[in-house]
Amino acid sequence: MNFETIIGLEVHVELKTKSKIFCGCSTEFGAPPNTHTCPICLGHPGVLPVLNKEAVEFAMRAAMALNCEIATDTKFDRKNYFYPDNPKAYQISQYDQPIGRNGYIEIEVGGKKKRIGITRLHLEEDAGKLTHVEDGSLVDFNRVGTPLIEIVSEPDIRTPEEAYAYLEKLKAIMQYTGVSDCKMEEGSLRCDANLSLRPYGQEEFGTKTELKNLNSFSFVQKGLEYEQERQARVLLSGGIIQQETRRFDEATKTTILMRVKEGSEDYRYFPEPDLVKLHIDDAWKEKVRVQIPELPDARKARYINELGLPAYDADVLTQVKAMADFFEATIAAGADAKQASNWLMGEVNGYLNAENLDITDIPMTPEALAKLIALIEKGTISSKIAKKVFKELMKNGGDPEQIVKEKGLVQISDEGALREIILPILDANEQSIIDYKNGKDRALGFLVGEVMKKTRGQANPPMVNKIILEEIAKR
Amino acid sequence: MSLFDEGYKSLQERLHNKDLSVTDLVKEAYAQIQAQDEHIQAFLTLNEEDALETAKDLDNERGQAPEALFGLPIGIKDNIVTKGLRTTCASKFLENFIPLHDATVVDRIKKQKGVIIGKLNMDEFAMGSSNENSGFQVTRNPWDLERVPGGSSGGSAAAVASGMVPFALGSDTGGSIRQPAAFCGVVGMKPTYGRVSRFGLVAFASSLDQIGPFTRTVEDNAHLLTAISGLDAYDSTSADIDVPDFTKALTGEVKGLKIAVPKEYLGEGISEGVKEAVKKALSTLESLGAVVEEVSLPHSKYALATYYLLASSEASANLARFDGVRYGVRAEAENLLDMYKKSRSQGFGPEVKRRIMLGTFALSSGYYDAYYKKAQKVRTLIKRDFEKVFEKYDVVIGPTTPTTAFKIGEKMDDPLTMYANDILTIPVNLAGVPAISVPCGLSDGLPVGLQIIGKPFAEETVYRTAHAYEQAANLNLRPNLEGVGRA
Amino acid sequence: MARITKAQVEHVAELARLSFSEEEIGAFTKDLADIIDFAEQLNELDTDGIEETTHVLEMSNVLREDIVRESISREEALKNAPDQRDGQVKVPKIIES
Repeated sequence: MNFETIIGLEVHVELKTKSKIFCGCSTEFGAPPNTHTCPICLGHPGVLPVLNKEAVEFAMRAAMALNCEIATDTKFDRKNYFYPDNPKAYQISQYDQPIGRNGYIEIEVGGKKKRIGITRLHLEEDAGKLTHVEDGSLVDFNRVGTPLIEIVSEPDIRTPEEAYAYLEKLKAIMQYTGVSDCKMEEGSLRCDANLSLRPYGQEEFGTKTELKNLNSFSFVQKGLEYEQERQARVLLSGGIIQQETRRFDEATKTTILMRVKEGSEDYRYFPEPDLVKLHIDDAWKEKVRVQIPELPDARKARYINELGLPAYDADVLTQVKAMADFFEATIAAGADAKQASNWLMGEVNGYLNAENLDITDIPMTPEALAKLIALIEKGTISSKIAKKVFKELMKNGGDPEQIVKEKGLVQISDEGALREIILPILDANEQSIIDYKNGKDRALGFLVGEVMKKTRGQANPPMVNKIILEEIAKR
Repeated sequence: MSLFDEGYKSLQERLHNKDLSVTDLVKEAYAQIQAQDEHIQAFLTLNEEDALETAKDLDNERGQAPEALFGLPIGIKDNIVTKGLRTTCASKFLENFIPLHDATVVDRIKKQKGVIIGKLNMDEFAMGSSNENSGFQVTRNPWDLERVPGGSSGGSAAAVASGMVPFALGSDTGGSIRQPAAFCGVVGMKPTYGRVSRFGLVAFASSLDQIGPFTRTVEDNAHLLTAISGLDAYDSTSADIDVPDFTKALTGEVKGLKIAVPKEYLGEGISEGVKEAVKKALSTLESLGAVVEEVSLPHSKYALATYYLLASSEASANLARFDGVRYGVRAEAENLLDMYKKSRSQGFGPEVKRRIMLGTFALSSGYYDAYYKKAQKVRTLIKRDFEKVFEKYDVVIGPTTPTTAFKIGEKMDDPLTMYANDILTIPVNLAGVPAISVPCGLSDGLPVGLQIIGKPFAEETVYRTAHAYEQAANLNLRPNLEGVGRA
Repeated sequence: MARITKAQVEHVAELARLSFSEEEIGAFTKDLADIIDFAEQLNELDTDGIEETTHVLEMSNVLREDIVRESISREEALKNAPDQRDGQVKVPKIIES
């Protein structure tokens, strides 16, 4: 029996407003526990929520960027449940009138484009952070009240790979709109996944399981891969799938049973009486719409059509907004688009990956990169030397021209100067000349190498080659 | 006789003339409390040291244009948070809770130089109509110590009626200001929903709760309401509407005022003594030139069930925060679930548990549509009844309560009998309109309250009507407090 | 006539995180049944097409600007906490059912 995999993803994105959704406490990440709280977010007796306008507009922006219909009338509801990280014992969320509905994201997997539907996007408040210890649990309430949007996909995803692509695209779009940093390590993006199998041709969905503790996009993919296998094994051996919540275990890359869901929790949703409804008219929608910057797909298209970049380059460059911004600033400073693209995709990305940094972390500026590229084009330095300068820029910033001057890295391209260096080396390596004349091409490389050693790599390689061959011909 | 028989105008004039000091007033309050509260049991927490400090500062200050509440002693119902001063909501759950913030109304009182005397007893979490549901003590009616003062703001009503403080704040969700005001023979006003900020009021039913004043006279009441009303940035449900000086509305003029009397409000279940006092009051108003006509509010009888479903549902969610995690009672327990159950079961009294159970049930899966949602629709019908009547009339008048104050313990056996006390006051909260209770006579020696209901944000009309009646009737009802150790 | 079963009452108690003795459950079952019975009268009314009243005031779009206000200190935040450790509130073990 062949099974079709049905995957749905539920993603929570923290909005980067300055203050919390219902009170004025700061949302800044990384503060010492319980230093960003007040009676309102602590759920003290006698407090009331007041809605942060920026949170609403960020949610609208996100929903629009995901091609959702924005609700004209929307409201908040109470979701009632007891948990230590939930101070009021209800979460203010949205139940039947979410702010965004019926959107989609376009992903590309294996060269094929696919549209994944987005069922809904709604606004809600975050809970605190719970840490489990030996004899109980500890609660930090700093995070309570941070505005969140919950984005629920249609069960349109068919492979773990597609899930990965969906998350990458979603993250990029969110970063582009400026509503969130989407850093899974900081918790500003969280993902739960649902997976079920059904025999090909069957219309009904199979029983789904929910996966939690997926702390990176790659773990999402691995978790789904494992779960896919596990469910197939169960079904093929004649068993049935239980509706369960399973935890992804990073060490073993497997999913482990957390709890069996006997029917869903009764959250007793009812409209939030402490908040009045939102009426979003066309004028407000328009005001938010014009604030949305160019989104990744549009940017990619522009790089291809206007800048003449290959699709591959455009794709890599637009994956992270900060990278695309850096790219555009580099060409604005005068660099050639393809050159800039090569440097960013190659050396820059290589360095960032090796050092585990973001493009926003490095001291090298787009202007500096543009200058570096210019120096190579002018012939002032060779590509090899350029790589040295590049490393210096990435570590300590600075101006490439300055660095080249200070370190005396200017390429020697003057024929006369080069000949003066080359002649003694040829004199000292007569055997190599003989070897070369006898057909050993490697000998030429050796001689070039000697010149490069003598000039500490600053000799202009093609010129060195040319002069050596000329001199050998004379001997 | 108490200093507080005088009314705010006279008191503030005497303060201005240095005939009296703020310290005198504050000391008078504590002297009255000292003498009587052993019997009446109105106060849960006193603020004596702090109040006397404040009085001293105010006496040194006394500027040219004193603030509206300058030097006036005020009692605060214990479900309104006061920073640094224990606030319990009369619940064992919060027996040792010290709030970190002031309610907006408390902040406004402090800014206008009122002096906070102490926290007043109530039914636990404002759930009750007799004050017998307090987790700590039963407040007694100053008119008859064997009888209830009403609830849930029983402490506030009793404190004002017995002259312990001239002003008090209470809260009203289904009648909790007006009913005790009627039982204790004082003036109690529930403003329009949204008129006074709810920030700092420990929520019972968010869409129904309002804070309001208890006083001896209508004029005092109008003065205090003016001081605490107004838009609050911390309360999303507070109305962005101007606050006039309500005392300016007390012209004494009611000629041509159109008064509607719902036939449902003088029907069966209302005691004869109450009916008589109310009818007499209506005659008085007619003699002043008002026009009285009978109307119908056809959905009145459904108000009780509607209220209990909606209020309990909202309350079940509002009281869920009392879970033992961050404050309040926390019982010894091996695990979290046990901690929740034990803490809450230990901390809450039976009426609170009953309403949480009812509310949780009404919201639960499978029942939400039939109970909660249905009740919300009936609420619309009740609201419309009022809107229709107010198209032709200025005020709606009737009795505040079906009977006078009943004996302590009399109604505790059957919750439904207790709930029936509120049938005349509840529709007002459901519609969100303003209403006042003023004393209109005695029946068998116990006070009867006249309820005057107005259009949304028409507190001026309500006060004008109440004041005109009060002046014309000139009742000046005072309980006989000889048996209560009156100073 | 609405019949509330003991099992229903126990389920509601669970949702509300309240525990009762057998006797109390019995009393509650009766009380709740009486109140629900009383509430059944609302079914006499035809409410088809009637909007629910969630707010009595016709208000919408009450919003605040995204401005940071000073938080309270950790000391204040934990002042009323029954149990704390390392600057955090401590609760007993959570057992997943």
